[in-house]
Amino acid sequence: MPSVCFYFQVHQPYRLRHYTVFDEDHRYFDTFKNRAICQKVANKCYLPTNRLILDLIRRYDGRFRVAYSITGVLLEQLAEYAPEVMSTFDALARTGCVEFLAETYYHSLSFLYSRGEFQEQIFKHMDTIENLFGQRPKVFRNTELIYSNDLAAAIEEMGVFDGIITEGADRILEGRSPNFLYKPPKEGNVKLLLKNYALSDDIAFRFSNRDWCEWPLMAEKFSHWVNRVNGNGYVVNLFMDYETFGEHQWEDTGIFNFMRQLPDEIMKHPDNNFKTPSEAIKSYPATDVINVPGLISWADTERDLSAWLGNPMQSNALHELYRMEQKIKKVGDKTLLSDWRKLQSSDHFYYMCTKYFADGDVHKYFNPYNSPYDSYINFMNVMGNLEKRCGKSQRSRQKVLR
Amino acid sequence: MLGWEFPPFISGGLGTACYGLTKAMSKLGLEITFVLPRAIRMENSSTCVKVRTPADVNNGKTEWEVCEQELRNIKFKAIDSALKPYASAETYRHEIEEMIRNKQKLCGMGGGIAGIDEFEAQAHYSGDMYTEVHRYAASAVKLAMQEGFDVIHAHDWMTYPAAMAVAAVSGKPLVVHVHSTEFDRSGENVNQMIYDIERAGMHAASKVIAVSYLTRNIILARYGVSGDKVEVVYNGIERNGNGLNFGRIDINKDEKIVLFLGRITMQKGPEYFLGAAKKVLEVMDNVKFVMAGSGDMMRKTIELAAELGIGSKILFTGFLRGEDVRKVYERADLYVMPSVSEPFGIAPLEALNHDVPVLISKQSGVSEVLTHVLKADFWDVNEIANKIVAVLKYPPLQITLREHGNFEVRKLRWEDAAERCRQIYLQLIEQAVCV
Repeated sequence: MPSVCFYFQVHQPYRLRHYTVFDEDHRYFDTFKNRAICQKVANKCYLPTNRLILDLIRRYDGRFRVAYSITGVLLEQLAEYAPEVMSTFDALARTGCVEFLAETYYHSLSFLYSRGEFQEQIFKHMDTIENLFGQRPKVFRNTELIYSNDLAAAIEEMGVFDGIITEGADRILEGRSPNFLYKPPKEGNVKLLLKNYALSDDIAFRFSNRDWCEWPLMAEKFSHWVNRVNGNGYVVNLFMDYETFGEHQWEDTGIFNFMRQLPDEIMKHPDNNFKTPSEAIKSYPATDVINVPGLISWADTERDLSAWLGNPMQSNALHELYRMEQKIKKVGDKTLLSDWRKLQSSDHFYYMCTKYFADGDVHKYFNPYNSPYDSYINFMNVMGNLEKRCGKSQRSRQKVLR
Repeated sequence: MLGWEFPPFISGGLGTACYGLTKAMSKLGLEITFVLPRAIRMENSSTCVKVRTPADVNNGKTEWEVCEQELRNIKFKAIDSALKPYASAETYRHEIEEMIRNKQKLCGMGGGIAGIDEFEAQAHYSGDMYTEVHRYAASAVKLAMQEGFDVIHAHDWMTYPAAMAVAAVSGKPLVVHVHSTEFDRSGENVNQMIYDIERAGMHAASKVIAVSYLTRNIILARYGVSGDKVEVVYNGIERNGNGLNFGRIDINKDEKIVLFLGRITMQKGPEYFLGAAKKVLEVMDNVKFVMAGSGDMMRKTIELAAELGIGSKILFTGFLRGEDVRKVYERADLYVMPSVSEPFGIAPLEALNHDVPVLISKQSGVSEVLTHVLKADFWDVNEIANKIVAVLKYPPLQITLREHGNFEVRKLRWEDAAERCRQIYLQLIEQAVCV
């Protein structure tokens, strides 16, 4: 019986340029670097993988289905730097076999700091998805799969969602399987889909690791593992960064071939099928209540917020950023608002993480800065300038009013 | 082991390094005979090595008794070579003075850590250094014939002639330890004689120990030593009970203090410190820049501060002694080391040890081992200023740097350096047996 539910996270932040305390212009973002990265990832991952997924959907006549969550900040960048990727996503949308999820437009941590801003960003994202792909998202995923009972309540309250996607962390499952659907403690319609992190990480992280006892991972072996769920679960949720394909796992690791063969191997077993998150939610009941009083996420082994909120710099930068919300919104300047919101992408705070910094690991790979301290300094300099702009605009507005 | 200085007779990093290293080696059970160039009159010292006033002994040799338990495996030998008056022309004398100054540059951050003042430091290194070096060599050979040992370990060029002579006489393997090179001390203004001695020492040695990869690269590129002979052993730092810092004195809470602590010489980049200060003062007012130390560029630096119009914001303290050093660290919000060339740089470790965050130049060996610090190119005055402002403006940055930096510096232990040296010794002894 198990359905396989693929959801790919697609995101690139607006990286900041080197901005010192002596800079006074309002060009905060490194256009050159952002374009270069966008185009590089487009060529290595987005274009070939979109083509592959499109092929698979056609080959299996709609029986192969996937979901995407594409952030607003990436959609903006793609439209500008790699429009050809947009047309392949559009083609995918038109197959009817692809679901698009909702999230905060700016890939932000706004849920933690401003519920108003949180909702505005979700609606902005849903509107964008509807405009581009002709479907209004029904399932929500929060940035970095950050989740708690409160988040579930906030989403339920919005009244537009059927489900939420989050991490199948051990400490919330307490021995239960991530392959069932669950519901939050507060009564409502929203169901929870939990990431099967063991199987997801086999593809996303361990696939090319030669020290791993299961290396090399073949589609056949992987589908055996999926078949084992048979009779003990409804759906295997494989959630991962889209960049896994071609960018984190390079083409020469065989990742594309693996994916090309996977649907065939999975569907060899007559009970298996592929479902999108909305379809899984419609097909299966929630079996139990999951209680998550504290916040969880999908990051690192801790599955907590320490990658974004682990040191005083990160906490300070976030508090300072959201402290400006009212001021920014009062000014009513669109560019100012958008600049402020682009600073909310969780990546900026991830770069400030001092955890593991000395060891040099996955955190370093994604980090455009040499050190978390440099990233904090840069961020604070930009924010300083942003705040100055608020003051200036307000003063000039007052003049006009007078 | 052949050295040129040892606490309390130090003017800088070399003495501190020899002390830390030998102490740790002693703990590992290695027996060390430490040979110093000459005996110096000592008064009650503040360091933990207690040395008896050396009595003159025949044979030009003095032995000290070391009371400290931790140094129990170390014997100290001092070759008593009295100061020689200059017998040469005025120009030659000038050159000697230049050499002495270079030596002092080498000793680098002397300002902070030495327990002796400028005058005594001068006395320590005055005299005709070239003659000293060779007198030291001659005496060391005599001494070596009376001592039993397996390996010769020589610290910096002043001891190389002695070490080579001892190696030739005894046939024991030679390790030279490069704490700095002539290129670090003098830029491209290389003293040929010193360069020749350094080169000869490195080539004669069975192994060369460099204090950083930066230095290793110089040894490979400038001295033509083959790479398989050069090992990197980082310096360490002693944690000597600075955990009582919570009572930080804040006389004037509004005023921030940025500290430069070291010899004011070309190698340490004082002009870049001032350049950055000027920039910082463009955007902040409540800052004072303290330059603790002295050196051959002192006067030029004071003049430059005046020229930049920031004279009132720069405090020159001169050479600081132990207790004053501690106080200045307690007041400091940030320690800046804009060194143009720094083979290692123990001083930033001392600052971290005192809970002061540090900003170091990328052109320093110590930047290879420290990650929880701020780094900038020494010439990038704009970036140095940018980082200084950030530390002063954003307390969370200071807190995070201090917490992580202090933790990180604890991992740099002399015990590990000593162990690395021991491995190198064992390897050499084994090779010697095989031959």
